[in-house]
Amino acid sequence: MSAPMIEITDLTAGYKGVPVLRGITLTIQAGEFTGVLGPNGSGKTTLIRALSGVLKTDSGTIRIAGRDISEMSAKTRARHCATVAQNNPGLSGVRALSLVLMGRYPYVSFLGGYSRQDHACVHEAMTETSCLHLGHRRAEALSGGELQRVITAKALAQDTSLLLLDEAASNLDVARTMDLYELLKAKNASGLTVLTVAHDLNLAAIYCQRLVFLKNGSVAADGPTREIFTSQTLSEIYETPLAVAEHPITGAPQAYLVPRA
Amino acid sequence: MAAAVPLSVYAALFFGSYPLPADAINDAIRAMFSGQAETQALVIVRDIRLSRILLSFLTGAALAMSGGVFQGLLRNPLADPFTLGISSGAACGAALALGLGWTAAGLSTLPLAALGGAFAAMILVLAMSRLTGDFSRESLVLGGIVVSTFLGAFIALIKSLNEESVAAIVFWIMGSFQGRGFEHVGLMLPYMAAGCLLILLLARELDILSLGTEQAAQVGVSVGRARIGLLVGAGMLTAAAVSVSGIIGFVGLVVPHLVRMLIGHESRPLILFSALGGGILLLWSDVLARTILSHGAELPVGVVTALFGGPFFCLILARGRRA
Repeated sequence: MSAPMIEITDLTAGYKGVPVLRGITLTIQAGEFTGVLGPNGSGKTTLIRALSGVLKTDSGTIRIAGRDISEMSAKTRARHCATVAQNNPGLSGVRALSLVLMGRYPYVSFLGGYSRQDHACVHEAMTETSCLHLGHRRAEALSGGELQRVITAKALAQDTSLLLLDEAASNLDVARTMDLYELLKAKNASGLTVLTVAHDLNLAAIYCQRLVFLKNGSVAADGPTREIFTSQTLSEIYETPLAVAEHPITGAPQAYLVPRA
Repeated sequence: MAAAVPLSVYAALFFGSYPLPADAINDAIRAMFSGQAETQALVIVRDIRLSRILLSFLTGAALAMSGGVFQGLLRNPLADPFTLGISSGAACGAALALGLGWTAAGLSTLPLAALGGAFAAMILVLAMSRLTGDFSRESLVLGGIVVSTFLGAFIALIKSLNEESVAAIVFWIMGSFQGRGFEHVGLMLPYMAAGCLLILLLARELDILSLGTEQAAQVGVSVGRARIGLLVGAGMLTAAAVSVSGIIGFVGLVVPHLVRMLIGHESRPLILFSALGGGILLLWSDVLARTILSHGAELPVGVVTALFGGPFFCLILARGRRA
């Protein structure tokens, strides 16, 4: 059997010596579509940063496709794992097409240029995220939703087997959010392993096969969505009463806020 | 724009304090290429005017390229070798070389000392703005001012400790091309070439770093290595410029902004066009500096660049405030 896509062992990581993640152990198999949920400050973003290799871990190991990421070069890491970050910095002047092309950086040699294949990949990624028509526009002239699609295209252009997303839908309206999740579902069906941090419990419950709940830097609950998405678990984790009922069409569990009597 | 370079060089040959008729200048230019006997006009046109034109062009190109890199790398529109205090660092290194008489061992110690000074100032400024948390526009420029002021005092100290070298230091630091010749072109060229090569090789990384360090790392850029390479390259360009011309402000600040307005933000064309634009700008600033006063007197070219650069700096500051 091949190595799991992600293998986190006893991971502790944080900022300036203050641990945010405390002893996380988690294994994600290739082909899974996993949602990472949890209250504010539970360490979701920190987990994504550690997984993408930009945050130094204090102890523990992270393996991606069987290899310790701290022993990979930045380029090798970027060929295995792409990340759609939460905040996009004040980009200006860059054209959307150039932005997506940056996703091909791990494949160009130091002296070489972007090849025809790189451009083909970019074209495909921009088609999938329906932002091909935005190619010549500059970043500052894009709306929040358009920019998000361009950034997603950049990550897809990286042509990795693992995609990490951190609240990628936070700037999107309902239709765009659905577009994004449908795209993720389709990519997942064709083999992409997806790990996404989400705020929207119900959206995650519809699309993710597996949910990992973080709380205070530890895994509070982990399992198949239909088993773990229960009123009791959610109420405990979020410290507020939540009721769960079936989605009238898909049958997925959905949470409802319950006013405190 | 590329055609503007030879045109500018040619046209600038007609300006100078010593009056020469246009025919004599054209004859001298022909003589340069055909290797005829040395005439007074030939010597003036070649050794005085042409050498100075080349040197001012190269200096402007080096300053503008390094300014473009600093602005992109630090994501700060106010960054340039002058505002960051890196020019002062290079000047301080060179003043040290002059003051301690290292230049007796050869003029080539000058750019080396300037390079050392530039790197020291760069480390100081970056460390200071790191202390205050970020590379935000004000904190960096503030750091630059502190370093410039401190180093200015240091240069004054060197001057007062060594009376004999005062004239040499003052003359050199003012920001002028007066009395410089082909040997100075040879002096700066290797450093300029190396710095230029380094930043052009790292132009793609520079583009991606505009995403921020974290996202740049996530697409596979070795951020630390790329940053250091770019800083070293830009520092070499600054040192090359300062070691032959002293401190000339604003060229590195203004030119990349103008180029961005015209051709956009992509680093490689930005660097190349900044080089052309900076070269032409400083070339004509120097023509102005050496012809605007009568009786053969000269303005330091740094005065000319500051006169048009100062208002431009304010403009950028105001625009940033609104944004």
